Amino acid sequence: MTRPAPSGAKEQVARLLTLVPYLHAKGTGAVRLDEASRDLGVPANQLVKDLRVLFMCGLPGGYPDDLIDVDIDALVDPEGDRVIRVSNADYLARPLRLTPTEATAVIVALRALRSGAVSEETRDVVDRALAKLEQAAAEGAAASRVDPGEDAVDPGLARLRADLQRAVADRRQVRISYWVPSRDEESERVVDPRGVVSHRGVDYLDAWCHSAEAPRSFRLDRIGSVEVLDSPVATPPAAPRDLSDGFFTTGHDVMVVTLRVAPEARWVTEYYSAVDVRPLPDGGVEVDLHVADERWLIRLLMRLAPYAEVVGHPEFTERFAETAARALSLYGADA
Amino acid sequence: MAAAKTERLMNLLIMLLVQRGFVTKDRIRDVLYPSSSDEAFEKMFERDKEELRSLGVPVEVGSIDPYFDDEPGYRISAEQFALPPISLTADEAAVVGLATRVWEHASMAEATTEAVRKLTAAGIDVDVSALEIASPRLSAEESSFDAFLRATQERQQVEFDYRTSRAAEPATRHLQPWGVARYAGRWYVVGFDTDRQDERVFRLSRVVGDARLVGEPGAFDVPEGTDVSAIARRLAPAPPTGRVALLVRRGAGHSLRRTAAEVEYAVTGPDGSTDWDRVVLTRLPYDLAGEVMAHGPDAYVEEPEDLRKQVVARLREVVER
Repeated sequence: MTRPAPSGAKEQVARLLTLVPYLHAKGTGAVRLDEASRDLGVPANQLVKDLRVLFMCGLPGGYPDDLIDVDIDALVDPEGDRVIRVSNADYLARPLRLTPTEATAVIVALRALRSGAVSEETRDVVDRALAKLEQAAAEGAAASRVDPGEDAVDPGLARLRADLQRAVADRRQVRISYWVPSRDEESERVVDPRGVVSHRGVDYLDAWCHSAEAPRSFRLDRIGSVEVLDSPVATPPAAPRDLSDGFFTTGHDVMVVTLRVAPEARWVTEYYSAVDVRPLPDGGVEVDLHVADERWLIRLLMRLAPYAEVVGHPEFTERFAETAARALSLYGADA
Repeated sequence: MAAAKTERLMNLLIMLLVQRGFVTKDRIRDVLYPSSSDEAFEKMFERDKEELRSLGVPVEVGSIDPYFDDEPGYRISAEQFALPPISLTADEAAVVGLATRVWEHASMAEATTEAVRKLTAAGIDVDVSALEIASPRLSAEESSFDAFLRATQERQQVEFDYRTSRAAEPATRHLQPWGVARYAGRWYVVGFDTDRQDERVFRLSRVVGDARLVGEPGAFDVPEGTDVSAIARRLAPAPPTGRVALLVRRGAGHSLRRTAAEVEYAVTGPDGSTDWDRVVLTRLPYDLAGEVMAHGPDAYVEEPEDLRKQVVARLREVVER
């Protein structure tokens, strides 16, 4: 997955300080442009731009031999083999030390992960990784004074995931109950599981669905129950699909909707990837969100009620008020 | 232009990194800023150093001649610059890779991603799905989380307005934060309250507006042996427990059903029909009222009474707007 790279000089320096150690670790002439783009999460054209700048850098002598050598032709020439070759940059071979914030963030995340380990072996792996990190990278970090608690893991989801992975490994069919939010109904179906994949922080089961007779992805947190069947999968095994950015957006009309959010609900800007966030004088924010589904928007507004409202779009405001009124009417005399 | 500036920053970094000892400002100017005026050079050089430092590059200042401290020099020590050697086995690298998915909080997620890029410079060629592990989700909905985390990291004093209960007027408090802890789904900050001259714990969701960092970094020391989690558990009020009973329309309210302790099917709902199930919760999420309201007319609070009141009050505010 690649995302557009930030355009500033500082960000470019940061990318170069990651790129050179990466190339060095892989070995000279061993990495193709597309491979590096995938591994580093930087678009290929941006990598070429970054490498062109690197080509101008080097030791302060001013002689040609002092400069870092980059084979740009191999990357841009139509006849080129698209292999990245960088030499004369050994002094940048080691990655930059973690900043204290980076060290805190990754160590705390790993400690939270530890509680999600289903088996003893996996917990051991996490502990080993943690020990190495704490030794090599924790200097200046506040990780020991940030406690992620023990409830970040949903134990139900952990079991479900483990069951599905076992079914994938054993090539057995599973029967799942699945909730479809757009119809708000739960249905049962038998699927040939292909793998659990993650996209933008959400886990999906990719599978061949025998009800739809097509490949389908199911959000793990919408699967109600899983039963691993004795029957083997009926379709040829296939790798789970790559849920790249285009996968979800094509075919939908995605629009940008602006919400005015009171301070109490400002966390939405951290939780959902916002297109833009503008602070307001009262401590609240105006936030632009991608909305692909009106029902999703109404649900979000209801969750935040009364701390968020839509700017413009009177039809959404009306739907929201109407939904709130219907919910309120359930309380009869109390309302 | 970004490319020219990148080039200058990189050349400055390389120059200071490969030199033995300190490099004088004059030499830096001659090589990297040859055509700048005095003023322009000072300004650019200051900014460039700061940008490198903000990336985590340790630019040190020192004296070239111990007898004359009027000529400062600069260097980047290779030892301080580079990540100490760390070799992760394939499965360790895989769990480190998984760490990027844990934070549901933009700035922490970004910091984790950067860290993992550095730690796994050689790339991860591992099938993560082979690990028997569930990805936890670490969220921090409280808007003051970033400020308290930074203050903890920098050991910097914080000033903030705090409401001890829903009804009370907020009061301004001053804290030397020792650490933050998540306990029963909520973030707390633990530290030394300089007004009360004692250790205190504050719930971040009760901080009103922005928390402000005041004074210098490194202003205090965290007492030896401080156990942030233990203090949070000792001083924080017991987590909300007890039984919450909801009525949820058949086939709806999936997110509520998932964490249910028990479900009773086909009970009579508020509309008199039996299209409802009673869902009983004992593990309570961060904003339970919001969680219930998200389901609109498909979810209804039976008890406790204060949750019912909260939902009714919040809905009424929308309807009467």
